[in-house]
Amino acid sequence: MSHAADPAEVHVDIVVDARGLRCPLPVIRLAEAARDARPGAVIEVWATDPAARADIPAWCRLRHQDYLGEATGPAAADHAAYRVRLAGTG
Amino acid sequence: MHPLARDTLLAAVDAGWADPRRLYAEARTARRLLDQATEVIAAGLGVRPAELSFAPSGAEAVRRAVEGCLHSGRRRGGRLVAGAVEHSAVLAPGRHRASQAGDDGLLQEVPVDRDGRVDVPTFSSAVAAPGTVAAALQHANGEVGTVQPLDEVHAVCRAAGVPLVVDAQASLGRVPAPSAYDVLAGDALSWGGPGGVGVLVVPERTRWSLPGPAGEPGHGRGGEAPWVPLALAAAEAWQQCAAEQAREAAEAFDLVERIRAAAAEVPDVEVMGHPTARLPHVVTFSALYADGEAVVHEFDRRGFSVASGSACTASTLEPSHVLTAMGVLTHGNVRVTLPLGAVAPGRAAAVARFCSALPEVVAAVRSQLGADRL
Repeated sequence: MSHAADPAEVHVDIVVDARGLRCPLPVIRLAEAARDARPGAVIEVWATDPAARADIPAWCRLRHQDYLGEATGPAAADHAAYRVRLAGTG
Repeated sequence: MHPLARDTLLAAVDAGWADPRRLYAEARTARRLLDQATEVIAAGLGVRPAELSFAPSGAEAVRRAVEGCLHSGRRRGGRLVAGAVEHSAVLAPGRHRASQAGDDGLLQEVPVDRDGRVDVPTFSSAVAAPGTVAAALQHANGEVGTVQPLDEVHAVCRAAGVPLVVDAQASLGRVPAPSAYDVLAGDALSWGGPGGVGVLVVPERTRWSLPGPAGEPGHGRGGEAPWVPLALAAAEAWQQCAAEQAREAAEAFDLVERIRAAAAEVPDVEVMGHPTARLPHVVTFSALYADGEAVVHEFDRRGFSVASGSACTASTLEPSHVLTAMGVLTHGNVRVTLPLGAVAPGRAAAVARFCSALPEVVAAVRSQLGADRL
């Protein structure tokens, strides 16, 4: 897992709400958002499925995207928020 | 089960039904048969019969193996060091002990690399920490097949004076039995034997005892004798498996290599486990954007029995702790465990059919989720 930047200081461009969805749907929603987004955009995925914790970093590795880590904050109580920076400059 | 072990089991139901602890003629016959079975398995593992005992399952043998080390070392401390991909028979009781005591340090899980191998320097410093009285490591992982660096880990445990429990549930009979251990646990299922026969090896040199009253005197250290027909079937399976091992393992290794290659050719499929330091007969891969449960059903529909470590196939909704610890993709996961050639004579043809079905199964499952264009 790479933590290229402190997730708290990153500007989030797109939020993908995958709460309540089971694997592999959170990763599919992330991939759909990534397909349509500009290079360098930061996507935050909200998920409740425990598998997302392993699978979002794994997707980043397989797709050569930059995994920024899990955001912490008030939202973290009922779901996790994973941040990804798309490859390329934006 | 091996077909000859099955024949032995059926015959032994008539010949070895009696309680081997009694003194009448049938009981003495059962005793003699049980002793012979114990000798065969002990000899195969390179130990003396008195060092071998039985447990109701491989998982129970592993649990006892660890418990006996912890109990023997209780005056020196309570720390257990274990690989992060160990069987739940090690990790679940270890976590329970730690949480009951409110002390996270009672279980230290040593991380693994992406292939599932523990880091030897980390293992070394973990067992050197004060209060460490037991360590546990698999010979090989039953989910991903990766073989652990047992010789190196046993050496660092020796240097620290900490006994090493080796869990060989996935490997016994498939590859040469390990010799680098202080306590060894296994399961007759791995060598084509019947269910219900766990084995536990506690060499004389190892300090090991279970809490509670001492078991019946006789074989091993505290284990009760299994039902005699099961022990006989396990011994017969061992002999058959040992006689064929080198040829069988080479053939299985090549068949698994074909599955690994076929899976790796499908786009966005990740093949897990060490490519060469692995069991001959186990292979695991994960398909991105695929649902593990749907993949299992698609293969089942085509006549293939596969397992999965994906969360959606587990009653807990948690993905496999092995895949998670390795940092690999957990969804769309498929695990194939090849039976022995003697158990499934048509396995080479089945592997060929499996390899040709693999791309269409993955494509079908992805398109069900609308994920075929990602």
